[in-house]
Amino acid sequence: MQHTTLVNADIVMLNVDISEKDEIITLLANRLISEGYTIESYLQAVLNREKEFPTGLPTNGVGVAIPHADTKYVLKPGIAVATLKSPVKFNVMGNPEEEVDVKLLFMLAIKEPKEQVNILKKLISIFQAKELLCKLISIDSEKELADTLNSLLMKDED
Amino acid sequence: MNKKKIVIACGTGIATSTVVADKVENICKKEGIDALITQCKVSELEAYVHGADLIVTTTVIGKKYDIPVINALPFITGIGEEEVLKKIAEELKK
Repeated sequence: MQHTTLVNADIVMLNVDISEKDEIITLLANRLISEGYTIESYLQAVLNREKEFPTGLPTNGVGVAIPHADTKYVLKPGIAVATLKSPVKFNVMGNPEEEVDVKLLFMLAIKEPKEQVNILKKLISIFQAKELLCKLISIDSEKELADTLNSLLMKDED
Repeated sequence: MNKKKIVIACGTGIATSTVVADKVENICKKEGIDALITQCKVSELEAYVHGADLIVTTTVIGKKYDIPVINALPFITGIGEEEVLKKIAEELKK
């Protein structure tokens, strides 16, 4: 059982005012780089990947995107989180001709996918809970959002 | 029934395919399907599809393969998940 927290207040950005997806990807990736989670080439890798394999998710209630890149760019695991002042358009995963208005982003820095499968599963179960997503985007403190997410992600199996 | 070979693919082979692989493993167990599940990047599919029975993916597969491809995005959004599980089970029981 691992107890490292993946979401820390230093990689949470609230109510970000941007108008285009590449801007928020750049902000979040640069934060992961400056806080020592990923190497510098992570930024370009995420931008490239998003173009080729978009990560917008047409979830219920609040549109979510999960930009990420290969494990080789990751130094230590973490999940950077951003809420947006107004939604930006992301292309939909698996259906790139469609777009989704995204207000909540999780930028994944994953090092050992097999070890983190339970956390990934819990993260994805959050996407499926409309009320929870609405609650998450209304939180106005970085620390509170980080703590809330960590407790959801670290919760023991039922 | 022969062992079924399932390839799970996503853009980086890290995040969504990990979760999808886990769900497919569970449905196989539940349905009593003997399956070998491998996980890869879409760009590596070519190397993995040989002898496979089914591709399950969350992303766009540029190329056509002669085995069925099931879109597993509903496993991530939660919308329409039951139907996809059913589709996978049906495909593997053929």
